[in-house]
Parts: sequence; structure tokens; C-alpha cells
Amino acid sequence: MSISSVPLSRPPRSLVQETLGRIPIVWLLALAVGAAACIPLVYLAVRAASADGAAWSDALSGDTLRLLLNTVALAAAVTAASGLIALPCAWLTERTDVPGARWWRVITAAPLAVPSYVAGLAVIAALGPNGSLQQLLGPLGVESLPELYGFGGAFLVLTLFSYPYMLLVLRAGLRDLDPALEEASRSLGRSGWETFRRVTLPQLRVPLAAGALLVALYVVSDFGAVSMMRFDTFTRAIYVRFGTTFDRSSLAVLSLVLVGLAALVLAVEASQRRRGERYHRLGAGAARRPRIAPLGRGRWAALGFLGALAAVALAIPLGVLLHWLARGLSQGESFSGLGSAALRSVEASALAGAAAVAAALPIAIVVVRRPGWLAGLVDRASYVGYALPGVVVAFAMIFFSLRVAPGLYQTLVILVFTYAVLFLPQAVGSLRAALVRVPPSLEEASRSLGRGAGGTLLSVTLPLIVPGLVSGFALVFLTTMKELPATLLLAPTGFDTLATRVWTDQEDVYLTRAAAAGLLLVFCAAAPMALLFGRMRLLRG
Amino acid sequence: MAEAAIAAEGLSKRFGETAAARSVGFELGVGEVLGVLGPSGCGKTTLLRLLAGFERPDAGVVRVGGRTVVGPGVWAPPERRRVGMVAQDFALFPHLTVGQNVAFGLGGRGSSWASWAGAWARRLRRGALPGRAAEMLELVGLGEFAERYPHELSGGEAQRVALARALAPDPATVLLDEPFSNLDQNLRASLRAQLREVLRAAGTAAVFVTHDREEALSLADRIAVMRAGEIQQIGGALELYQRPVNRFVATFVGNANVLRGTRSAGGVETALGRLAVEGPGAELEEGSALEVLLRPEQLSLHAAEGEGARGRVAASEYYGHDQLVRIALEGGLMVEARVSGERRWRSGEGVWVGVSEPVLGFGVGG
Repeated sequence: MSISSVPLSRPPRSLVQETLGRIPIVWLLALAVGAAACIPLVYLAVRAASADGAAWSDALSGDTLRLLLNTVALAAAVTAASGLIALPCAWLTERTDVPGARWWRVITAAPLAVPSYVAGLAVIAALGPNGSLQQLLGPLGVESLPELYGFGGAFLVLTLFSYPYMLLVLRAGLRDLDPALEEASRSLGRSGWETFRRVTLPQLRVPLAAGALLVALYVVSDFGAVSMMRFDTFTRAIYVRFGTTFDRSSLAVLSLVLVGLAALVLAVEASQRRRGERYHRLGAGAARRPRIAPLGRGRWAALGFLGALAAVALAIPLGVLLHWLARGLSQGESFSGLGSAALRSVEASALAGAAAVAAALPIAIVVVRRPGWLAGLVDRASYVGYALPGVVVAFAMIFFSLRVAPGLYQTLVILVFTYAVLFLPQAVGSLRAALVRVPPSLEEASRSLGRGAGGTLLSVTLPLIVPGLVSGFALVFLTTMKELPATLLLAPTGFDTLATRVWTDQEDVYLTRAAAAGLLLVFCAAAPMALLFGRMRLLRG
Repeated sequence: MAEAAIAAEGLSKRFGETAAARSVGFELGVGEVLGVLGPSGCGKTTLLRLLAGFERPDAGVVRVGGRTVVGPGVWAPPERRRVGMVAQDFALFPHLTVGQNVAFGLGGRGSSWASWAGAWARRLRRGALPGRAAEMLELVGLGEFAERYPHELSGGEAQRVALARALAPDPATVLLDEPFSNLDQNLRASLRAQLREVLRAAGTAAVFVTHDREEALSLADRIAVMRAGEIQQIGGALELYQRPVNRFVATFVGNANVLRGTRSAGGVETALGRLAVEGPGAELEEGSALEVLLRPEQLSLHAAEGEGARGRVAASEYYGHDQLVRIALEGGLMVEARVSGERRWRSGEGVWVGVSEPVLGFGVGG
């Protein structure tokens, strides 16, 4: 039989076109995004490498050691305290018959919507000099309250508003546990408490480590709360130095020490996760609902614990802010500019959400559909900005843009770009989870029905991952609303957002105005979160 | 001779150390149905993916309707092959109605923007189903289902929609990956008949893979038996059953007792006596060791002493029209016989086993 094949004729192409044409566009985009996410780190490394001896000895002086100790002590204390709050809280809301468990699940996670600097503001407004408590106690003859600023204040604020990170991870971990293991322990004669200690808790090690990492990383990177509480950590020192000196090299060295600290936390978590890989569900089959422990009379104690937590972490701070807002209103304080600040917050956050989701798409596609070492590399690169403290990324982006594209300095473009670098992994995670649920056979079916790669993406893949696109957008939107240091450092002149309003107003001790901006911010940030919660409930049926 | 609907030559693919396809070649005429039969992991699914264009072969040529789609210096992506695919999970687009699913591949080939824009426009104008899509739905007997969504379908309906969708763009060949593995056991027989009917009506050539020999024997015009990436034999059901080229094919397409034997002048010496032999083993010289294949229905059982070997019934399963009897021969060997249900054989009964000759013989290890 003759091989009279009709080759698929194409116009001849140049060598460059030929080479580029062989690399699928999705890879080109994924590699470009991965490279962009590494800009801050690469910039810092290059800068620090070119720093002279003086910059190094300055940056590594005794002062730096003090910052290091402060930061580590704060991170350790907050992480431990968060664990002590989150573990009982997760167990009570997931595995017991505590009344109203469904509502407690929402309420105990709600402080997530409160940015650390708004929390700091609330604590200052409540407990600070001339705060609400002082006003309450003044008539009783109490002249002054114990010193709030410093380690104690920073610890209090960060614990109350970062424990939900640990809580969410632990709750997911508890839900994933195989009830068969606990049942086996009980049938082997172990009591409920022994079972919890010897079977449940060891299996929670991976979520505990993951949650601890999140909290520690959050504390190490936090700028707002420590600055408001005037506690000297790396982020505050970098910000202060940035205002006073333009010695980029010493700033870069200082930033790199902080980055090293963050990297250490990440490395510890990774090793924990590897050790934890032996814990997984035994065998296949549908997961059963885990056993719900009856609390009996203990449920009053449980309600007391949850109620106290909700009061301290949610009701009192919001109440105090409302109190100050009401005071401002009654004194005829003008809140002009608040509306436009809210609009700018929403504008910047929406742009950041869209940019992050668009940038995350090629990465999610290569990670899910073309796994391998290169996809793994791109995936890890996308996390670089996320792992770096916002102050450091902002500072690196300022100097990078001044150097590479001075025209972009202090524009919305560079601000949104920085947000996208900072929060890319949130979008990647959402898209990835959605993409995993789309069987590759659907895309193959589309291809064999005559659609090309692009047509398949648009008509099959994208419509199917709409939930992932929405939740990725909402997550980035929420986080961007709350972001403070990059906004402070990079926003165009006069581009006041709610976050910068809270910051500048409290610096100027306009507590009433700051309270109004803070409340509005919590409200704007809570809306997308409610959307996310609603989705999750829908998904769980 | 008309161009083959689909043909492969020297198709090879390795995944690391494993050869998933070793120089696979076949040719399929228009309207012909080929069943690829083999144990799991033998490379059947890889073969389909190579034909569809989801994997690139290391070597070899694929031609669809006379046009080379893969070969030295030639590569056509899946969307330019005119090869339809029905995936194991049917892969119906969950966000589209049945009608939109079937219409998906219609209107413009390739990845042109116009084609997906047209698809979106159709999505918006619900109900405007292209004639060809409606026709295909009628063909599979689901004309009333156009407005439903895939999650509202039973497994059998989903399979027929997937088939209609694959047939709609008028491909040269459709490929079906384990078409019945996701369906209820009780439905399979009737669905097989329907599938056969639809393929015949559409006149499209088809390649399906399966590990179920009953499925292969009843659905295919020809069957390719595959092992470790290699096609062992291609032929009609009767040919494979009666003249298998080796022991693997023989035991894979039907039940068989395998006995050791020695080639002798008159045939082959076995525990069941001297038997006339045919097949590859008949070519071997006297004295060589053989493996002798006896289909269960080749054995006959007698209560009274007669010809053949003596044994005792070890177990029996009675089905009415026939029965399966396991017999322990005096030498200790177990054989299985399928005999009529006229009389029921019970455990412990003494029995004489006869053989209808000639029997198949293979060289040892063949």
C-alpha cells in the first residue's frame, strides 16, 4: 500500500518561531510569572552581595541581634498561645455536641477579617492611655493602667487575631482523620482522653505544624500590630530605617536576615510534613462522619470558653471601635474622604485579585496537568513573594522599579504588581484545587472533537473552574484590603486607601477617624469572606 | 482497495523502562470494528491514546483515512485527526446540556476563535441545536434528552451521549476506552447490542479496548490480543478461539486445561492418553516437551468404563443447560470439563474422561 501521505502543510517559519512554537504558550507564561515572583528575592540577594563591609557590620551589629531576639520571642509566644486557643476551639466546634457548633465555627474564625493594625487600634482605643477602660475606671480613682506598649501589647493583639489561621488548619485536620483509628483505640480498651492523647493528637501533628508555621510566619512578617504597639521587630526596624536612610545595601542586608528567619520557619514545617506523611487514611472507601463526643455538663464550660474568646477577639474590639465612632459622630467629627478611600481600597484590591488570578492560571495548569521538576520549580517560585514579609517585598519593589522602570514608580501598576507577587499562592491554591477536579479526559474529549488548546481552555476548562476563579479572586481581594506596609510604601501620592487612613489617623491620634476607617475596612473585607463561607457551606451540601 | 479507515505501522512507545507499545501495526477497513483485548497494563489504553494523539509515539506511523497523522516529521494534534474518542468515564462536559455536548465538535475544525465563539453563541441561544447533533441523538435513541444535563443521565445514557458526541463530527474512526467498565453488569449485554447497532448505522470504523473477552468476542469484527505492548494475534473470534498462535492467546480468549505432554509418533502423550495434535506443537520433532490445551467442552465424561483416563469428580457446578465438572485424575492432575446438563455429576463419583481430538499443542513457554 502506498504511503501517499498528505503532510499538514504550514507556512515555513523562522528558527526562532520554530523554537518558540515548540514551547507551549502556557509554559512561557508560567515561567514568566514564576520569574516575576522571584524579583524581590533576587533583587535583595544582588543588593546584599554588592554591599560593602560597613553595611554588613552595621546590619549585623548588636542592634540586629536585639531585633532578632525580639522577633523570635514574639513569634514563639504568639504561636504557643495560638495553639492553646485553637486546639480546644477546633475540637469543641468539630467533634463535640457543643450547642450552636455551626455558628461557633463562623464566629471563632471571624477575627481573620480583622487586620492586625485595626486590632491594634482597637486594643489601644480600649486599653491605651485615655482609652475606653481608663475612661470607665477614671471615676473610680484609677489614675493609670499598666504599660500597654511593647511586648505585652504586641503579643495580645497578634495572638487574638492570628489564632484563626491555626484553627482553620486544625479543623480541616480533624475532619480528615480516619474515625476507624479512634474506634480501634477505644475497642482496645483506651479511654476517650487516652485515645485523644495517644491516637488523635499524634495524627494532628501535621496540621499543628502547618498551623504553627502559618502563625509564626504571620508574626514574623507582621508590620501593623508591632508598629502600633511600638515593639521593635525586623519589619518595624526596616520601615523606620527606610524613612531615615537611603542606604539600600544595609536595608537589603537587614531584609535578608528577616528572609532567612522566614525561610527557617518554612524549612521546619517542610521537615515536619515529610515526617508526617505516614499518617493518612487507611484504605479507600468513603470517609465516615467522625464520632461526636457528648459534653454533658461540660458544655457550659465549653460555652463559657467560646463565649469569652468571641468577646475578647471580636465583640469587645468591634464594640470599642463603635464606641469611638459614636463619640466622633456626636462631636461632629468630619469623615470626609472616607468614601473615596473605601472606593480606592476596593479598586486596588479588585485589580490585585484579577491580576493574581490571571497570573496564577498558567502556573496552576502546568502544576496540575504537566507535573515534573520544572512545574515543581515554577510552583515553588510562585511562593517566594508570599513567604517574604510585605515590608521587604515593598522595599525591594520600590528600588527595583526605580532602577528598571522609573516611570512606573508610585503608580497603581507597580502597586497592583506588588500585591500580585505577595498573594499569588492564594490564587494558585484555589485554581489548583478547582483544576484537580476537572478530569483530563474532558479536555482530551474537546481536543478530539476538533477544539485546539486555546479553544479547549476557553470552552471547557475555564467554565468548569469558575468556583476556583471566584474563590481565588475573593481570597486575594480580602488579603489586599487588609494589606498595610506595601500600600504605605508604594501607593501613588494621594492614593489613600482605608488601610493607609487607619494608619495615618492613628499616628496623628485621630482615634475617632481611625475607628471609622477601621470599621469600614472590616466590613469591606468581611463581605468576600462571607461569600467564601457561603460557598463552602454550599459545597458541603 | 479503499483506503483504510485507520492504520498503524511500527507504533512504539516507552515510559521509562516499560514498553507500552512495541511495533504495533494493524489496518482497519471502513465500518470495521476492532477489539483490543488484553490484561490490564498491557498497553491497550496507550495504544488508543497514541491513535487519538494524546501521546506521541517514539516511532511508527498512524494513518487516518489514508492521511498520515503521525510519522517521521509529521505530527497532527488531536483536533486535526478526525478520530473520535469515547473515554472510560465518558467525559461529558458537566457544564453543557446533552445537546450542547453533542454539538460541541460541530462547526469548524481547528482552534479558530470563530469556532468557540460560535459555541458560546449557541450556549446563549438555548434550543438551537444543529441538525447533525439532533440526528446523532436520535441515532442513539436519546432524541428527547437534548435539554438534560449529564448528571441527570444514567450510566448507559451517558455512554450513548458520549458516542453520539464522538460520531457527530463524522470522524473516520471512533476509539472507545473500556466502554462498559463503568456500567452495571446486568446492563452490559443489552448495551453491547445497542452499541453494535449504532456503530453499524453510522458506518464508522471503531477501535475499542477491553480486558473482558466476552465483550471483545461479541462486539468486534476482529480482535487483537495484546500482551506487554505487543499484538500477539489479530483475527476473527472463531480463528482466535480455534487456532490461537500461542498459549497466552489460547488461555486469554477462552478457558482451557493446560497439560504437559511429549510429542510422539502418533501425536502427543498426556495424562489423558495419546492424543492427535495440531497447532504449532505439531511441527515439533518427536520427544520434545509440549503444552497441550484442552477446552473444557472438548472433554466428555462417562460413568461406565470405556476409553480415556480414570478419575473422580472433585466438584461440580450445575447450570441447567450445562455443568462445569472438576475431575481429579488418578495421577493427581485436575481438569475441568463442560458437559451437558442431561445428568448431574456429583462429588465423589468415579468417572472416565474422554477427549475429542485433535488437541492444540504448543512448544513449552510459547
